[in-house]
Amino acid sequence: MSAGPQALSLSFIRRETVPAAPPPVLVSGPLAWARANLFSGPGNTLLTLLALAILALAVPPLARFLVIDAVFTGANRDACRPDVVGHPVGACWAFVAQKINYFVYGSYPIEERWRANVFFGLAAVGIGWLLWLDAPRRGLGALYVFVIFPLAGYALLAGVPALGLAKVPTALWGGMLVTLVVSLVGIVASLPLGILLALGRRSQLPLVRLVCVIFIEFWRGVPLITVLFMANVMLPLFLPGDVTVDRLMRPLVGIALFSAAYMAEIVRGGLQAIPRGQTEGAASLGLSYWQSMRLVVLPQALRIVIPGIVNSFIALFKDTTLVSIVGIFDFIRTIESARVDPNWAAPTVVTTGYAFAALFYFVFCFGMSRYALYVERRLAAGQRR
Amino acid sequence: MSNSPSVAPPSRPPRVSPLYDPRVRGWAYQILLVLAVGLLVWAAIDNAAENLRNARIASGFGFLSNTAGFDVSQSLVPFAAASSTYGQAFVVGLLNTLIVAAIGIVLATLLGFLIGVARLSPNWMLAKLAGVYVEVIRNIPLLLQLLFWYVAVLSALPGARESLSLPGSVFLNQRGLYVPKPILAADAWAIPLALGLGLAAAIAYRVRARHRQARTGRQAPVGLVGLALVLGLPLATWGVLALVGADPVTVEVPVKGTFNLRGGLQLYPEFVALVLGLTLYTAAFIAEVVRAGIQAVSRGQTEAARALGLQPGPTLRLVVIPQAMRVIVPPLTSQYLNLTKNSSLAVAIGYPDLVQVFMGTVLNQTGQAVEVVAITMAVYLSISLVTALVMNVYNRRVALVER
Repeated sequence: MSAGPQALSLSFIRRETVPAAPPPVLVSGPLAWARANLFSGPGNTLLTLLALAILALAVPPLARFLVIDAVFTGANRDACRPDVVGHPVGACWAFVAQKINYFVYGSYPIEERWRANVFFGLAAVGIGWLLWLDAPRRGLGALYVFVIFPLAGYALLAGVPALGLAKVPTALWGGMLVTLVVSLVGIVASLPLGILLALGRRSQLPLVRLVCVIFIEFWRGVPLITVLFMANVMLPLFLPGDVTVDRLMRPLVGIALFSAAYMAEIVRGGLQAIPRGQTEGAASLGLSYWQSMRLVVLPQALRIVIPGIVNSFIALFKDTTLVSIVGIFDFIRTIESARVDPNWAAPTVVTTGYAFAALFYFVFCFGMSRYALYVERRLAAGQRR
Repeated sequence: MSNSPSVAPPSRPPRVSPLYDPRVRGWAYQILLVLAVGLLVWAAIDNAAENLRNARIASGFGFLSNTAGFDVSQSLVPFAAASSTYGQAFVVGLLNTLIVAAIGIVLATLLGFLIGVARLSPNWMLAKLAGVYVEVIRNIPLLLQLLFWYVAVLSALPGARESLSLPGSVFLNQRGLYVPKPILAADAWAIPLALGLGLAAAIAYRVRARHRQARTGRQAPVGLVGLALVLGLPLATWGVLALVGADPVTVEVPVKGTFNLRGGLQLYPEFVALVLGLTLYTAAFIAEVVRAGIQAVSRGQTEAARALGLQPGPTLRLVVIPQAMRVIVPPLTSQYLNLTKNSSLAVAIGYPDLVQVFMGTVLNQTGQAVEVVAITMAVYLSISLVTALVMNVYNRRVALVER
């Protein structure tokens, strides 16, 4: 403590100049990036090599199949048979090109196909209106999507002889048209029903709650395919003997109820995120239960769950493929029936058909999931610092 | 002013007409709802009874003991068209569903954890590859994937004579996957017994080690000793039995003959396609669950553990994984349930699961739609509800306890 500075040994003080340190390694630029992200250590280098090996195994055959060896033009199977054309044949896109109208419309009468096109257009307008968050008059958009569009769409596709639209039986509908109809009916019917169920599950009234819980848990507990089988064989049983249900209508009812249960759980998540003060504030202003839900709680809750609703729509869109199992001519079913066409009996036709279907579903589902992510980020913008 | 005694609150709430009493209204709504639901159900049952009478379809569950008269390609229990009943067909279908679900769950969990961790890998390339896998698989319908594996891949394989030979005496051809088949001798029961004993001993050791650590602070090599007990005991039993001359497990390897494969265990292409499709599909979802769970543990937890002097291994084992599991397990269970429910897509490729055997063949033969649909749905519903119950108990146990 009391020792003077002279008593200190000064050996810890450096007496000679330090040699200059080597310049720092590059911390920017592609080389530095590769060093940090791909080769930061022996383990990391090994992983990079592994990834490269996987790429080397997967990419060249895929590219060869989809593009390099693929056949793009041709009128029948001869274009896609390696023994006829004399070189290995990848995807037979000529098959898809020739069958594309069948894939889109099924057996919908050729002279009436403009109606299906108008239907696609109406659907695009409705979906765009609801999904574009800053669109004008979104209330009107909701009215359009949930009331006007379903009625107009049905009249257009099924036909109204009084308006000069010939009747087209649903047995002729097919392809992407049916896939779209089934998914749109699923979402249009399930959203209102799901909201009611979600409100019921959070109700103060015990019997209402019980009915809603049983309904939701029942549909969520069984696989969709059993629901479709049930709709197919039991719906006609439950109705009076003289009422017949359209073949296409049966799975639609099943899908609507099934997806309503899932939608209810998503909406309930949104309702739970709204602080109780909102309901109490609305009540103190003298709003009734329905008024406070319609004007205060639901607008906030539904905004939060848009990503959830879109994700559930993606699941629904993928699940519509199951209607092909109960005999509805959806997109998958048209592929299944086109691939056995003897005119196109070539080795790669099957895989081509499936690749085309996969591409179709991937583009739509991936696009929708990107949209859900975008909305999520935009909604979280207020919370970001 | 506000304290003035002149505005004392009324001692009783003012009388309201029952029409505006929320409690009366609530009960009125509920009674109306129950009446409406009851009416709907009654009308449905009444119509169904009349329609069934008109169609002359029997009702009741008596059909379960009638002779089935159809064959099932894959069956874990003995099943013969001539002598077995619809009830036995139900059991066969149920077992087929359960075995696909069990195998699928194990494989999908392994693959899913691997891909989920790879997505978080510091290696950019591996992370991107895992990301591409997840996005591609998740955005293509499972039915399409199953059809692809079954129709485009497995049916296009060479015939039995040109079987593809895989490492480990595994062969692949149009008729399915041939794997070595373990044949159990009469005294093979000793091995599972040893495994059970080892497991029990390992748990007992762990409990004791925990107590001792709580008392004295000294740690015991629980992992090593447990591993030795669980693996060593059955292996030792096997060894002893083999030395005595009673070989408990022999392996029958499939052999390539001139026309066909002989011996081994044949897994049907439907089964292989279903397991493959379900595993690859569910693994993508599990990978996302795992990634979300690991990312949910804030970086501060790891940093604090390192600051306390924990090595990376114990940090992962004691700090990160327990917290991540709390986030991972509930969605993971729902993925397991999804896999089980999705196994019903077997009907599209002809694998004899519960839906294909029971809702397909049996329903078509007997026409007893109500009973068959009710039984099938009850099976899936009870699997779901039991899992949900177990999950609730688990959630209550691991839920974050805050003051």
